[in-house]
Amino acid sequence: MRLAHDPQLLWLFGGVLGALVVASGLGAILERAAKSDQSRAVLRNLNARTRAWWVMCSVFALTLLSGAIGSLVLFGLLSLLAMREYMTLLPTRRGDHRTLFWGFFIITPLQYYLIGIHWYGFFAILIPVFAFVFVPTRIALAGDTERFLERAAKIQFGLMICTYCLSHAPALLILPIPGYEGQQAKLLLFLVLVDQASDVLQYVWGKLLGRRKIAPSVSPNKTWEGFLGGVVSATLLGAALWRVTPFSFRAAAALSLAITLMGFAGGLVMSAIKRDAGVKDYGTLIEGHGGILDRIDSICFAAPVFFHLVRYFYVP
Amino acid sequence: MSPSAHPLAGVLAWVARLISGVQVRWEGVPPEAHQRVYFANHSSHLDFVVLWSALPVEIRTRTRPVAARDYWEKGLLRPYLAGRVFRAALIERGDRTAAPGEGVAAGRTLIDRLLEALGEDGSLIVFPEGTRGTGEEVGSFKSGIYHLARRKPDLEFVPAYLENLNRVLPKGEVLPVPLLCTVTFGPPLRLRAEETRQSFLERARAAVCALRRR
Repeated sequence: MRLAHDPQLLWLFGGVLGALVVASGLGAILERAAKSDQSRAVLRNLNARTRAWWVMCSVFALTLLSGAIGSLVLFGLLSLLAMREYMTLLPTRRGDHRTLFWGFFIITPLQYYLIGIHWYGFFAILIPVFAFVFVPTRIALAGDTERFLERAAKIQFGLMICTYCLSHAPALLILPIPGYEGQQAKLLLFLVLVDQASDVLQYVWGKLLGRRKIAPSVSPNKTWEGFLGGVVSATLLGAALWRVTPFSFRAAAALSLAITLMGFAGGLVMSAIKRDAGVKDYGTLIEGHGGILDRIDSICFAAPVFFHLVRYFYVP
Repeated sequence: MSPSAHPLAGVLAWVARLISGVQVRWEGVPPEAHQRVYFANHSSHLDFVVLWSALPVEIRTRTRPVAARDYWEKGLLRPYLAGRVFRAALIERGDRTAAPGEGVAAGRTLIDRLLEALGEDGSLIVFPEGTRGTGEEVGSFKSGIYHLARRKPDLEFVPAYLENLNRVLPKGEVLPVPLLCTVTFGPPLRLRAEETRQSFLERARAAVCALRRR
């Protein structure tokens, strides 16, 4: 629990707590003042989302304090939950059963185990190289060739998004940044904070000013006004947090910009997959938000890019 | 008067809901605790336990599965679960055991056993296909539910469609894959006056298929 004595981390938690208190108070006041049924429905959904945020923030804060193992277990479970939502939508066939079993119970735990034992070289290639050749081979051995390439590609894509990409978030904990040893939990918090703040702020700006839709056929709620407002304000938030990171003010701003842009791309791509499958949400686990994958789609794209930018510029 | 549940029952129901991530939908039928027969498509060993776990607890404690004796009497664990935890009504599988001439008598004792399992206010879960299918199509129904309806004409038959369980644990596999399942309950059926066996069984099968989403 050495981390609990890091004043910067406690300040960050305090800031999140303050934001939640404000959001809950404001939501309660607005819901009482709402005139029309339509605005009441919007606010009820908003308040359900805020309540879910309390739970998500508490879980995340506790695992962060419990150390690397806690974070690895949490993100490993998130990978499994996200993957179950993703694979449920796929038109997999009887012959994919064993391959899916490998994906859930061998490849995914192994990916997180490799972070736990600090084996970067294997962690970085387990899914892009070994799973990539394993998945089609295992499906071919099962003998069913109908839509073979489609099934193999879709399963591999799910492993990449839900496990490989997401695992780069807790992998920040093992980045050996000189002068920042033992403090990487704040880097993980920085990523999650900027990424999720960008999601929330894009939603807020979009609700307030949203006019011009970016890709109406993919995601009807994404507007240019929401996108720009969210990206700018989340980037400013990230830059303001530069003191808790190993970055300079400008670098923190640039990396925050990268996180928000990647997060936007993740949300867009995962929405396109939902439209293709004909569903609105990936699941129903988090009230007001949909499924796990609806909440973490932006981290899935932001985490690997942020990880490699930091690794390239800050790890000798 | 609800029979007290075995302490393991709640735990098993929770585990089943966790593994199957089951989403329950009641469409055109409220979840009520009065006497009913729930009948569903059958494609996985997990079908019964997931359907059972999807019922609200006050309904679940008074609902008994109808299961095949040859499967549930094997080993040590299965008879215990079937007898104590699920309080299953075990029956001989299918019509094929009955030799010509014996069929009527065997059928009658089967129906007697189901009526006994129903009791005053209990409910049953049955899989009228009699055996697990691939999950792609719903097979033809065996006549048990028709004979049960004949003997107890005011009995409600509630159709249910189990989705994705054939993908979680298909026939012939031992290890499950945790995909999300859906259980959809539909509007109840009753035997109509003068309805033939074939018409009732086809109507029941169509009611299950109608709950399919895709």
